Amino acid sequence: MVRIVLAEDSVLLREGLVGLVERFGHQVLATVGTADELTAAVAEHDPDIVVTDVRMPPGFSDEGLRAALRLREKNPGLPVLVLSQYVQRAYAEELLDSSNGTHVGYLLKERVGHVEEFVDALQRVAAGATVVDPEVVRQLLRHRRDPLATLSPREQEVLALMAEGRSNASVAAALHISEGTVSKHFGSILTKLDLTLSDATNRRVLAVLTYLRA
Amino acid sequence: MHTPGLWQALHERRYLRSGWPWRCALYFLTSAPLGAALLVCLLVLALAGSLLTVVLVGVPLLLMLVLAGLPVARLERRRLRLIDPAVPMADAHRDPPRTGPAAWLRTRLQERSTWRELGYALLFACLLWPLEAVIIGTVIGVSGGLVSTPLVMATAGGGEEVRVIKLWLVHSYPAAFAVALAGLLLLPLLAYPLGLLAAGRARLTRLLLDAPPEQDDVRVRELSRSRMRLVTAFEAERRRIERDLHDGAQQRLVALSMHLGLARLDAREEPLAGLLAQAHGEAQAALVELRELIRGIHPQVLTDRGLAAAVEDIADRSPVPVDLDLDLPHRFLEAVESAVYFAVCEALANVAKHSRATRAAVEARVDGGRLDVRVRDNGVGGADKAEGTGLEGVADRLSVLGGRLLVSSPSGGPTVLRVLVPCPPAPDRRLDARPVR
Repeated sequence: MVRIVLAEDSVLLREGLVGLVERFGHQVLATVGTADELTAAVAEHDPDIVVTDVRMPPGFSDEGLRAALRLREKNPGLPVLVLSQYVQRAYAEELLDSSNGTHVGYLLKERVGHVEEFVDALQRVAAGATVVDPEVVRQLLRHRRDPLATLSPREQEVLALMAEGRSNASVAAALHISEGTVSKHFGSILTKLDLTLSDATNRRVLAVLTYLRA
Repeated sequence: MHTPGLWQALHERRYLRSGWPWRCALYFLTSAPLGAALLVCLLVLALAGSLLTVVLVGVPLLLMLVLAGLPVARLERRRLRLIDPAVPMADAHRDPPRTGPAAWLRTRLQERSTWRELGYALLFACLLWPLEAVIIGTVIGVSGGLVSTPLVMATAGGGEEVRVIKLWLVHSYPAAFAVALAGLLLLPLLAYPLGLLAAGRARLTRLLLDAPPEQDDVRVRELSRSRMRLVTAFEAERRRIERDLHDGAQQRLVALSMHLGLARLDAREEPLAGLLAQAHGEAQAALVELRELIRGIHPQVLTDRGLAAAVEDIADRSPVPVDLDLDLPHRFLEAVESAVYFAVCEALANVAKHSRATRAAVEARVDGGRLDVRVRDNGVGGADKAEGTGLEGVADRLSVLGGRLLVSSPSGGPTVLRVLVPCPPAPDRRLDARPVR
């Protein structure tokens, strides 16, 4: 049995959710309608998991999410399942960045319709797992795409020629551009591939390796 | 009404003790070298231009001559602040409708302001500066000549005689000092005509160089105010609709879907199970559509996290890969964020639909109190904001905020869209979008 504090400002959904989890044998310790009440209820009941809506009174912006982040900062390891209306990478990332990204879930609200999946997610988050809605995962993956894809076509050409072992001068000659332009492109390649300066590594070799591995 | 500062000061007793006479003198003093230099430049341009026209090199030179009024007017507007600082003059030129030198040139040549400024430059170079040089020369010559009489007598005159401003002979030191005293008394008297002439000069400059008067038109002002009100109301209405859908229909659909899900747990027999599964599927599909609809009406992330996060979000969703370079140090007014957000949305939608581009880029920065956003792609070009596209609506929305949409899209590409909006920072909005951890 999981003991839950539920924050949701719509009465209709709140009642529905309580009925749903109780049906699966879990216990709702308290239901609240605002972010402040949520903080107080957690302090009072010490639940196994907090389930909260993102958008809550008074501002109807992202109070629920902010309250969840504050709670996790104060009680690291407190399981939190955020129900959201938005396929929104930014919100999910903030949540995953908190307390090592364990004991946390970001689900689209419509997932509660898939009753068994939802209850399963609830139990897994309470047990310490990380659950992210498939739609949001798709967006996260699209964003963290192949690092080479962030290079402009010209930069890709430059890097491809470097991978053939050519010097800057030779790359410049092959592309009919100046050596200075080649260095500029290479600098931008290093920035985009996130290769920072250090004594221990040769960044040119690292950039070429990234190219060859892709 | 003209030159209220100087004009008023001339009527007051403090005038002589104030900085005004000195400002006027400085203005006339700087006129001469500037005017002379300008005359030389104009003559050289005209001469070289007309001589070289035969070999075509002269044509751009003559064009430069025609446009010479622009930098002169800019400098003169600044210089006028010396004697007329009350209301700084606005730039009288319009922004060109497209990027690129050709559009700029066409706009400038079609504007009355350009020709008025050329007129001013010619007047200044040929007539005004010699007159001003005579005025300030007389003031300095007469007063300086009188005041320096004893000194000249002691040096050049060998202590015996001196000719005061080449008119009268003075033979003794007491007389020389009397002349010097007269010179000192004359200075305040000369300060008045100097001030009067400067006031007249300021009025003339304003007449020729100030922004065209239609901007003061009461009807135009009222129209732009009511347009602003309409856009604000429109924006508020969008927010209200978004909120109503979110708090009403969306919550109800979620609850419906949840109850259908629960019902499916209990009804395992056909045909009920099949019907329930179908109804459940419909409810889920409706939820997905509603979610996308709400996001299109007003994206919550724009309100919560600001322009940069919202633009990242559209870039994530774009089928064409988008490079981002966003340097936005603070939040902006809601209307500005919203107009720019929808401009970028429209631009990226066009990239995906029409441009056949394989890559796009969005750059945004704040430059000189203006938000400057560029959306470029490597597609085939040919976008036109007049062609009944969504770009026209974007341009309208920006112009309400005093902003502009510039489109450069030659056929064959690439397309560059530039959005420029004045952007006072919104201090009451959260500067740092991310919560404190």
